Amino acid sequence: MSDERILIKGNEAVAYAAVSAGCKCFFGYPITPQNEIPEVLSKILPESGGEFVQAESEVGSANMLLGAGACGVRAMTSTSGPGIDLMQEGISYMIGSQIPAVIVNMSRGGPGLGSIDASQADYFQATRGGSHGAGRTFVFAPSTCQECYDMVQDAFDIAFKYRTPVLVLGDAIIGQLKEPVLRHAPRNKQDDKAEGWRVEGMGDRAPRLLKSVYLEDGALAARNEMLEAKYKAMRADIRVETIDTEDADLVVVAFGSMGRIARSAVQLAREAGHKVGLFRPQTLFPFPSEQLEELAKQGKRFLVIEQNAGQMLDDVRLAIRHYADADFFGVMPGIFVDAEELLTPILERMGGAK
Amino acid sequence: MAYHNVIMAGFGGQGVMLIGNLLAQAGMEEGLNATFIPVYGVEMRGGTANCTVVVSSDPVGSPIIKRPLATIIMNLPSLEKFQPRLHPDGVQIVNASLIEKSNLDPAKKTVFIPANDMANELGAPKLANMVALGAYIKATGCLPIEAVERALNHTISSHYAHLIPLNAKALQAGYSFKG
Repeated sequence: MSDERILIKGNEAVAYAAVSAGCKCFFGYPITPQNEIPEVLSKILPESGGEFVQAESEVGSANMLLGAGACGVRAMTSTSGPGIDLMQEGISYMIGSQIPAVIVNMSRGGPGLGSIDASQADYFQATRGGSHGAGRTFVFAPSTCQECYDMVQDAFDIAFKYRTPVLVLGDAIIGQLKEPVLRHAPRNKQDDKAEGWRVEGMGDRAPRLLKSVYLEDGALAARNEMLEAKYKAMRADIRVETIDTEDADLVVVAFGSMGRIARSAVQLAREAGHKVGLFRPQTLFPFPSEQLEELAKQGKRFLVIEQNAGQMLDDVRLAIRHYADADFFGVMPGIFVDAEELLTPILERMGGAK
Repeated sequence: MAYHNVIMAGFGGQGVMLIGNLLAQAGMEEGLNATFIPVYGVEMRGGTANCTVVVSSDPVGSPIIKRPLATIIMNLPSLEKFQPRLHPDGVQIVNASLIEKSNLDPAKKTVFIPANDMANELGAPKLANMVALGAYIKATGCLPIEAVERALNHTISSHYAHLIPLNAKALQAGYSFKG
């Protein structure tokens, strides 16, 4: 693998990362703005000895993904919001059956068919389980093309570590943006440890059953307790990037593409002499609540910026509720904003331009 | 800190996406950070297309720029859209072959270059985009012109590799233009 950086889209970075991480199966159905993922994988996945399948629908993709994961195979699908809707049944069954998989959502504007433009309005769907029955998926939120690459690699490890579907939540900006990406072998690839549970053909061993139905007295309660304990254990893999929060009076909280635009806005505010910092969750579930609470304890104020009408805002408020409240600036899905447009609400909360 | 941003705009087919990719590729090859983001007119083929490129020694935050420090304007609809948005300290490279001078805002610093005519003189009518990029490099000093020429090797598909010297010539013509 080359140490050279190459200029590629976030979507392309996802595809290259999957193959480098040992992904052997991809199932997907076309939808903008993520089509470069299957486009690239349709070439490089078969070349690397894997299988690329264009499914008949997203319902098919999700259930093929379940099947591959049940065999202990590193497998992935990618789509955009409306496709995730259709996959929810399969995702719920994967959670309930403890089947690992990687699911990429390069989200678009909604509700309904919406538009192909940028939106972060799939936050609730991603972090609240999306499907019935209280299941949760681990959620990464890349902000750069390099993070698309690194997080997709890591998503496979997380999926097998916790035997869970892992969601990578990007958007139209991250998917279509080109940036230099350093392609590298996985830095810390974990053993999948699937020998003990996968269904690969039983031979002489005892039969195994991967299932999500628990009808015996008390069995479903025990299952849910185990899953809840797993969601808590996932907190060991929380990631967050903080910039200039130490001496900040105001902490801007933003994720994904808005996180990087907010970073420029925070930098402009600093240049104008305001003590402003950035808190960018890189995992949305589990959410970096303790890290935020720690900042709230120090008496800081908070401004959440999202490209939706206020979703992560709920998680921020829950995290800081004993010490502070959070203010909100929302950008509606379907439009582009730049750093200067995010600077205005920041300066308003700092008492105006100096 | 080195920091440049530019919006390049024109009709679909004028090659603004190609020169955007080329500039970002050259920035990367020079060891800098770079972003390229395309915006296609959703409405139709042959409509307007534009892209935004940022080249920076620091990591790039926002890849979206509303008031660019520079623009490359290949046709009149693009001038009408982006001239008012040009940063007060910015410079616009405007294609004089397709745009009347009367459309220019005298308050904006402008390099008015007949990109199509110069490309035609080189026997390469499709390379007006490269002429304009050369003029942009001259006007902003964003990157060494040699770096942009080198990056042609990675940006032009191998099918058209034989046209790289001609592309480099068009870049040089724009770079050497004296308005």
